[in-house]
Amino acid sequence: MSPNTFTGNRALVIEEPLIFEQGEPQRSGVDLPQAPEIADRLGGLERQGAIGLPGLAEPECVRHYTRLSQKNFGIDTGFYPLGSCTMKHNPRLNEKAARLPGFAGVHPLQPASTVQGALEAISLLGRWLMDLTGMPAIAMSPAAGAHGELCGLMAIRAAHEDRGDARQIVLVPESAHGTNPATATLCGYQVVSIPANEKGRVDLAALKAKLDNKVAALMLTNPNTCGLFESEILEIAAAVKAAGAYFYCDGANFNAIVGRVKVADLGIDAMHINLHKTFSTPHGGGGPGAGPVVLSERLKAYAPVPFVRAGENGLELVEHCLGDGEKSFGRMKGFHGQFGVMIRSLAYILSMGGNGLWQASSDAVLNANYLLARLSAELTPSFPEGPCMHEALFDDRFLKDTGVTTLDFAKAMIDEGFHPMTMYFPLVVHGALLMEPTETESKQTLDQYVETLLSLARKAKAGGAADDFKAAPRMTPRRRLDETRAARSPVLRWKP
Amino acid sequence: MTVLRFTNEHEWISFDNGTATVGITDYAAHQLGDIVFIELPEIGKSLAKGGQAAVVESVKAASEVYSPASGSVTAINQAIADQPGQVNDSPEGDGWFYKMSLSAPGELSGLMDKDAYEAYLKTLDH
Repeated sequence: MSPNTFTGNRALVIEEPLIFEQGEPQRSGVDLPQAPEIADRLGGLERQGAIGLPGLAEPECVRHYTRLSQKNFGIDTGFYPLGSCTMKHNPRLNEKAARLPGFAGVHPLQPASTVQGALEAISLLGRWLMDLTGMPAIAMSPAAGAHGELCGLMAIRAAHEDRGDARQIVLVPESAHGTNPATATLCGYQVVSIPANEKGRVDLAALKAKLDNKVAALMLTNPNTCGLFESEILEIAAAVKAAGAYFYCDGANFNAIVGRVKVADLGIDAMHINLHKTFSTPHGGGGPGAGPVVLSERLKAYAPVPFVRAGENGLELVEHCLGDGEKSFGRMKGFHGQFGVMIRSLAYILSMGGNGLWQASSDAVLNANYLLARLSAELTPSFPEGPCMHEALFDDRFLKDTGVTTLDFAKAMIDEGFHPMTMYFPLVVHGALLMEPTETESKQTLDQYVETLLSLARKAKAGGAADDFKAAPRMTPRRRLDETRAARSPVLRWKP
Repeated sequence: MTVLRFTNEHEWISFDNGTATVGITDYAAHQLGDIVFIELPEIGKSLAKGGQAAVVESVKAASEVYSPASGSVTAINQAIADQPGQVNDSPEGDGWFYKMSLSAPGELSGLMDKDAYEAYLKTLDH
């Protein structure tokens, strides 16, 4: 519904045009001196027309981006229960640490002798992550979760090739994050899918039937994207190892088990850790992320360069595939990884301490189970027998015959002031609603969320409300967008 | 005589005088929602029964279409690649995916007929 105002603005919420639709080309935020006449040497390739940059004065430009930022919704504005995303609070202490001049002002090309503190910080964070997982080695440079997956699979490929046993297949369960099969494909492997059993876990018999000497690795998320701990993970690890394959774990859901389960005890060979999820740095547009990878003894030698090592004159970086790095699969990122993200995570870890991290994972699981228990009054939990881990999964059986879909339900949540949960994923249940509250939400927030969802569910079930749901969201700057048309005929470039 | 068979992955295959036509079922199209992208196999490609033949992306999900039978691709429906919505409009008619010559027509006897498929769908209904 467009507001009945002369301007189209909604009180102080401004209907903001694109920046290209504002100002005029001859206007500028700065006064530049007239360029001298020069003879160019572009051989006729010089630009013939105006470049088309918008012309705005500085205050107009500042207002434009400030207004856009006010339309944004993030963890700093409200509850953000996206499943498998761990949208926890980003403590401001992390920001303070990252802005210390000794961290914020260093350059990656400085001599190692002048950045010993920075190298010590990378090394200390690495030791914490190895301690928390019980793993003997770590690669700090991967820049995000999927980059970490690639790092793990490249180490696995290097290990297989080193023993003259290049393999072709990577096994991925049906409920995996989409990045898992994408990573395996990018790494040159053929992906074979493993079905889930009726308890939402990997079907062990189906897995064993597909394990042979062509399989390079299994990529498993634990806890998985149904929010469940893979209860047969030890048998899975043993079967993978017996087939001569490696066991990769997607660590996106590590927040559920920090301080409680050592990854090494599960027989895992490689796991990335999303610092931007579990260790509280901004993400989802506020990034960048970082995805260090812990490695088992079997994969340690193949870790990428660079890595920090204690040398005769303090800490030094091993930058080449020589000596200690002889079997390294090489370099996968310029310089040493997302240093600023590492500092934020280190600040989080040191401020929480070991006991605090244990408490955080406990509270994250408690909060998810609180949602599971209370919402089960009206919604249909997909795996009701037993507790969940960090996230609660529901399907759309409670909407059967109401005419309301999962999408409609999620859009109605926006009008109520909640960012929707993850929808239609994982694919192993119908019309999935996957929610992860994290430990940083209060009981008051969770109660308000629960009451809202229960009331929406009752409204849908009472009947006759389908049109109402289809019309949501009503109070956003834009109403429901035409996702189908956007996907079928995307307009990717603004033209006048 | 045309033989129409279905897989439990929700593909259909109709077979008539050595040429078979393959598509996804009405149920599959409905479950996927609005289809926005389709990747079809190349003409001449040989497909194994159960092997990946095509990819379908909808606003909800991306999924694979598996070949209901072994053989080689003789024609593809370019119209659905250009206008994927045709599959939603007519999944078991104009929205067909590809035609193939079968290398083992006997494989079709392992698939479901219409009655068996409809009974199968009832077991999925929740």
